Amino acid sequence: MGFVSRGFKGRRRDAASSSRVPPGQYVVTDFPVLSAGPTPRVNLDQWTFTIEGEIDEPRRWTWKEFQALPAETVTKDIHCVTKWSKLDTAWKGVSVDALMDGVETAADYTTVFSDGGYTTNLALEDITGGKAWVVYEFDGQPLHPEHGGPVRFLVPHLYFWKSAKWVRGIRLQKEEHPGFWESNGYHVRGDPWREQRYWGD
Amino acid sequence: MARAALLGRLEWQFGTLAEVVPETPRVSSLYLDVPDWQGHLAGQHVDVRLTADDGYQAERSYSIASAPEDHRLALTVERLEDGEVSPYLVGELRIGDRLELRGPIGGYFVWRGDEQRPLLLVGGGSGVVPLMSMLRHRAHVGNRAPARLLFSSRTLADVIYREELERLAASALGLQVLHTLTREKPAGWTGYTRRVDEAMLREVAWPRQDAPDVFVCGPTPFVEAVASLLVGMGHDARSIKTERFGATGG
Amino acid sequence: MQDMKLDGNAIGGLLREIFAMEMTTAVGTCAHCGAVNEVGRVAVYIHAPGTVVRCPDCEQVLMRVVRGKGRYWVDLTGVRCLELAEPEV
Repeated sequence: MGFVSRGFKGRRRDAASSSRVPPGQYVVTDFPVLSAGPTPRVNLDQWTFTIEGEIDEPRRWTWKEFQALPAETVTKDIHCVTKWSKLDTAWKGVSVDALMDGVETAADYTTVFSDGGYTTNLALEDITGGKAWVVYEFDGQPLHPEHGGPVRFLVPHLYFWKSAKWVRGIRLQKEEHPGFWESNGYHVRGDPWREQRYWGD
Repeated sequence: MARAALLGRLEWQFGTLAEVVPETPRVSSLYLDVPDWQGHLAGQHVDVRLTADDGYQAERSYSIASAPEDHRLALTVERLEDGEVSPYLVGELRIGDRLELRGPIGGYFVWRGDEQRPLLLVGGGSGVVPLMSMLRHRAHVGNRAPARLLFSSRTLADVIYREELERLAASALGLQVLHTLTREKPAGWTGYTRRVDEAMLREVAWPRQDAPDVFVCGPTPFVEAVASLLVGMGHDARSIKTERFGATGG
Repeated sequence: MQDMKLDGNAIGGLLREIFAMEMTTAVGTCAHCGAVNEVGRVAVYIHAPGTVVRCPDCEQVLMRVVRGKGRYWVDLTGVRCLELAEPEV
């Protein structure tokens, strides 16, 4: 152990080991905001969510149509690759299973894409079977722009960079296309339980 | 600056806290003895790194407040309510404690002191810190080209370096200091009492033909508003140097 | 939320780690829009899983840096050309 700053504690964090906290993470009670660019100004009158790519007929919902879809409230733990974890976060939105209902595709992979150009890649099996949602409420309130509002992706079993903010759609693909962070050092899958943070992990 | 100071990776080094000078209720200056300090230019900053006993680290950048000629390295830090590093620096760090730092950093937002063009400095809150290094340096080298500081603070009590700025302005060095307060109108106050706007800049800034060197520093929204107003008034964007401190100024 | 935006001064230390020289005075040409800016004036987002540097004119990505496990991953494809001056003796 090298130099220690006498008396420095840092932000409130709890590294107590728990079956809910993946290796190398600590639990926080605030909700840190991370951003790779300016917050997009999203006009809900023009917003659409699309499922496109390896699909016979792309699907598209306007905001009004999206809100009419059956929604769920889910409570999940989330884990950021920058080491903070937040437990019991409550979200409301539409499950990807509901959006993909009846879709036939030869695709095994997807790219989830957002306003502002951000992308992240996910295996189809990582977003189906009750693992992912397209959400528009956090903690009972409309999702704040700094946290990805009006609508973001939520796939809590993987590191939170995969839960793309300001989401606009899912592109179904036969091949894997590493997204914004996956093409620049971050692990292509990002399983926090196997501590898959970086290339080579 | 020496070639060696601009080439090669910077090592983390230690400063020892020698003195603390409270500047305002929320702001204090830390005077550090840094044995291997190579010198710096006015406007540069250091990165400060804190390590907790479980290995957790936090890093922040702080502008150097002292002039290159000063004996000790000074950092002026605003203690932020919900900050992680500033409440440690202003409140916990004691005389004799060591602080890990790296620098000096920055070649863009610097004023060397040999320029003869008029110098316009616009600071918001703790954005005044690197500008103060420039003014202290200016006093040391005796640069007489006209200089003006337009300094925006919340209230009179929040004005960092108030007495020292008065002294510098009164010492016939060609420096004018203009204040604006955004949340207070003290009795007898002769300065401005509003956010920096175009009318104020038109009164304070030299006409664009005088081609001043301009340095703007403070919270991001402040810097962007001021820079864009100056460009809108015809000032050459290339002679306006900016340093953004983020939402709260560091 | 422009508050999260900083400028190239904020990554002076990081760039010096990578390039082993002072970089804030380096001048970059944006590969997307061709704008030419000193590193000190580009838009920087450090509160992210990595550092993202964007063109102040068109907001497209100039550079990305990720650090972890003792390595850096640096993407400079958003910069068509970087001009640096030799430090004076």
